Amino acid sequence: MRIELNVNGVTRTLNVEPRTTLLDCLRDALDLKGAHAGCEHGVCGACTVLFDGVAVRSCLMFAAQAAASAITTIEGVTPGPGELSLIQDAFCETHGLQCGYCTPAMIMVAHALLADNPEPTREEIVDAISGNICRCTGYAQIVEAIALAAERMRGVNRPRSLNK
Amino acid sequence: MTAPSHHRYVSTDRRVREDRRFVAGKGNFVADIDLPNTKHVAVVTCPHAAARIKAIDKRAALKMPGVHYVVDGAELAGATLPLLTGLDTPNVPRRPLALDVARYSGEWVAAIVADSRAQAEDAAEAIEIDYEPLPFVLDAEEALKPDAVLVHEAHGSNVLLDKTFVWGEVDKDFAVSPRKLALRVKWGRSSTVPIETFGVVTSWDPWREILDVYASIQMPRYADQIGLALKIPTTSVRVHYDVDVGGSYGVKRGIKNTVLCGYLARRLGFPVRLIEDRLENMRGGDAHGPERLFDVEVAFNDEGIVRSMKMRALENVGAYAGRSPFQLGKPIGAIVGPYKIASVKYQAIAVVTNKTTQDAVRGFGQGPTNLALERCMDEVANVLGLDPLEVRRRNMIRHEEFPYLIPSGTTYDSGNYETVVDKVLANTSYQDLKAERDRLRGQGKLAGIGMAACLEPSGGNATFEALLNPAITTSTFMDSCRINIDGLGAITATMHTTSSGQGHETLVGTVVGEVLQVDPDTIRVTRPDSLNSLPSGTPVGSRMAIMLGGAAFHAAQKLKDKLTVIAAYDLGIALERAVYERGEVFDRNSPDKRRTWADLINIAHRNYHRMPEGFEPGLAAEHIYQVPTGGTLPTKDGRVQMYPCFSFEFHLLLLSIDPDLGRPEIVRYRLGHDCGTQINPKIVRGMTMGGIAHGIGAALYEEFAYNDDGQLIAQTFMDYLLPSSHEVPAVDIVDHETPSPHTVLGQKGSGESGYLGAPAAVANAINDAIRPLGISINTLPIKVSKLGDLIADARAKKGN
Repeated sequence: MRIELNVNGVTRTLNVEPRTTLLDCLRDALDLKGAHAGCEHGVCGACTVLFDGVAVRSCLMFAAQAAASAITTIEGVTPGPGELSLIQDAFCETHGLQCGYCTPAMIMVAHALLADNPEPTREEIVDAISGNICRCTGYAQIVEAIALAAERMRGVNRPRSLNK
Repeated sequence: MTAPSHHRYVSTDRRVREDRRFVAGKGNFVADIDLPNTKHVAVVTCPHAAARIKAIDKRAALKMPGVHYVVDGAELAGATLPLLTGLDTPNVPRRPLALDVARYSGEWVAAIVADSRAQAEDAAEAIEIDYEPLPFVLDAEEALKPDAVLVHEAHGSNVLLDKTFVWGEVDKDFAVSPRKLALRVKWGRSSTVPIETFGVVTSWDPWREILDVYASIQMPRYADQIGLALKIPTTSVRVHYDVDVGGSYGVKRGIKNTVLCGYLARRLGFPVRLIEDRLENMRGGDAHGPERLFDVEVAFNDEGIVRSMKMRALENVGAYAGRSPFQLGKPIGAIVGPYKIASVKYQAIAVVTNKTTQDAVRGFGQGPTNLALERCMDEVANVLGLDPLEVRRRNMIRHEEFPYLIPSGTTYDSGNYETVVDKVLANTSYQDLKAERDRLRGQGKLAGIGMAACLEPSGGNATFEALLNPAITTSTFMDSCRINIDGLGAITATMHTTSSGQGHETLVGTVVGEVLQVDPDTIRVTRPDSLNSLPSGTPVGSRMAIMLGGAAFHAAQKLKDKLTVIAAYDLGIALERAVYERGEVFDRNSPDKRRTWADLINIAHRNYHRMPEGFEPGLAAEHIYQVPTGGTLPTKDGRVQMYPCFSFEFHLLLLSIDPDLGRPEIVRYRLGHDCGTQINPKIVRGMTMGGIAHGIGAALYEEFAYNDDGQLIAQTFMDYLLPSSHEVPAVDIVDHETPSPHTVLGQKGSGESGYLGAPAAVANAINDAIRPLGISINTLPIKVSKLGDLIADARAKKGN
């Protein structure tokens, strides 16, 4: 079937089987490999993308269901080739990852969280990432990355006089 | 080789170079590899715990859209050799697809090749297989019985391995000890369960006669095993080591997947890929971990000094051997943990059952052994009415007693256990923690303090292979690095295996930068494919910091020496007067006389007339590094030096249990950790935290449970529970650094840290919490349901 998908601000017309998941569509039809398949039954969260700004599991929905919505993937939040967003840089600073397989999804969750809540508590961060399984890190450095990103994002718009 | 007191880059707070590509979603995972014209593989699995395969009807499947081929066990067995196993058990052959008999529910029976994965899965359902269900055995103790159902009839029994070692005067020590205690401890069947399943892409070029292999692999001798099974020379196998592996922690050993896909690619003439889905991975990925029953006896005195131990370990390896029986062997190298136990009797038994095959899991059997030992230490304290911390302190090897020879023949390199324990207790005292426990108890909770003092053998001197199988005479365990400084002075260093999150590129860059005194960020680290590689033992046994770090160090040292020789010759001074500093070499007696980096590069690459006579031009060096303390085989009485380095960890936690729900919650968690020199502290901390999380999972949540019909009932992440951020507490980690005398920078291993002690500490905390009810629990995982029932029964008996 023919569908129109708006991904990372660009609308494309695609031919997909009705049963194609959004995840497979992103990876195979659009060559956006940053969303990963982990369990394909909605538990691990490695396939998380933003659906009109909300973090969702792309393995649990069909590509056809995503038509008429704005999909954002990790490729869409990366500022440019070789350039990192503030959140991505914070993950590097704290080493909030190891194998990197769950990482793009964690960063998408962080984007969704920080868009709503610029000053999350540790509990709120823990809660936000609790639907995403990381097997490498034990989460500590992920939580620190998101807290650091939040702090830096708040700092970006602070008047210089307050940055003492 | 003593550790320098000051480092430029080692042990400093530096970023991990691999992280940049991963945060952008630009890792190179196997599922990301799109070779033109690749077809997809799905597998058909056996629904029975054991069954004879009477007929396979492929006709309907072959007519389905997009389907190219169906292969079964008979065809594959005719074209390939069985997979390598560690033990000499020729009548327990292991093959990618079952031949005649399938021996566990989920075992792969046939494979379909189709244009898309979805089409291959559709066709899998259309393959009709006539099975004759056979009797089966699931429990290891049942499998040991003389009249047990045989998993492999031709083998004549279910026992793959049964070896007893006696190190020291065990009978005498038991006879003279006033007190004895026996404990049965069970480690449940769990594994590392990476979020990325195993995947492989293979492509055969008949004109060059090369099989290209892209895989999420972590396996020693992978290319060798592919070549042997497919009956092609290893020079025709090209494994691409630049594939990023999405977590492994031991289990990514998909040799059967690779042999299957290697065969298909050669047979069909186009690339194929098999990316396991979660079901294929959990049931038939052959990636389960130890399921081990311990019967332990310890002999001790009224002061709690443990003099001797008898340990019987019965391992349920599943349906086929693999390397998993060896997981009974590695713990021999740290069989007494951090304690001065003078004599040990150890019986290691591995039996086959009709469960999924195991493979190597983080720690290679050390975690279960540490659990058994640490449960014993707590029970010794309990029967004597002593504090468990005090009992541990009394038994610990003291700092001044290193190097320390344990009864089984390994000498521990270094340690300062008492200081690590003191540091953990420095922030908040033990008394305060006890007061907090008692306050929780006062509030009606069941609260307990748990601790574990454990060793992490590191470096991978895997002589347990020779100990358990005398036909093996391997005493060489190596890793390698090659460094080239090009004509413009840029440095490239190599490593020769895949990584699964350990930051090995950062490791190599940091060590080479340290030796050559250049910024590690300017050093390129590459991974040549297997045809261009030097030997590597791969990331197993917490060995890479020691082994790859050692190889990189020595290769860099060779180049540093070479640069110094060239400069001394060009300066016309004796070599002893030439001093290397930050890429330049100067005359010790006249520091203005010097050759810069650019000078030296120019001489080496372009001015042969300025080189010492006969000196090798260019600037390249390689080093193949043998494991420190390695190179010996076991003695006749079963003693051998195993791993060279021993990291130490001391876990201390407070846990509270809601008595009505049985739900445990970790309130405080502190860890003291000593892995010698930390090359990158961010990496060490991450691995340790990840290990604790994994250990909490093994202790409380994770189990590949089977029902009585032999069906795996934990096949998804809804049944096999991985800890989320809610289940992992904040952990206060206190570092201590006791350098190893055996390694180039004093480093030890940390890849298994946290995991090797967390399960024991959690189990001890739960037992401390429920002891007032007169109950105990020694079987992992301690699931909420089990704990809740146990507590409810005990309370009912007590009448509250």
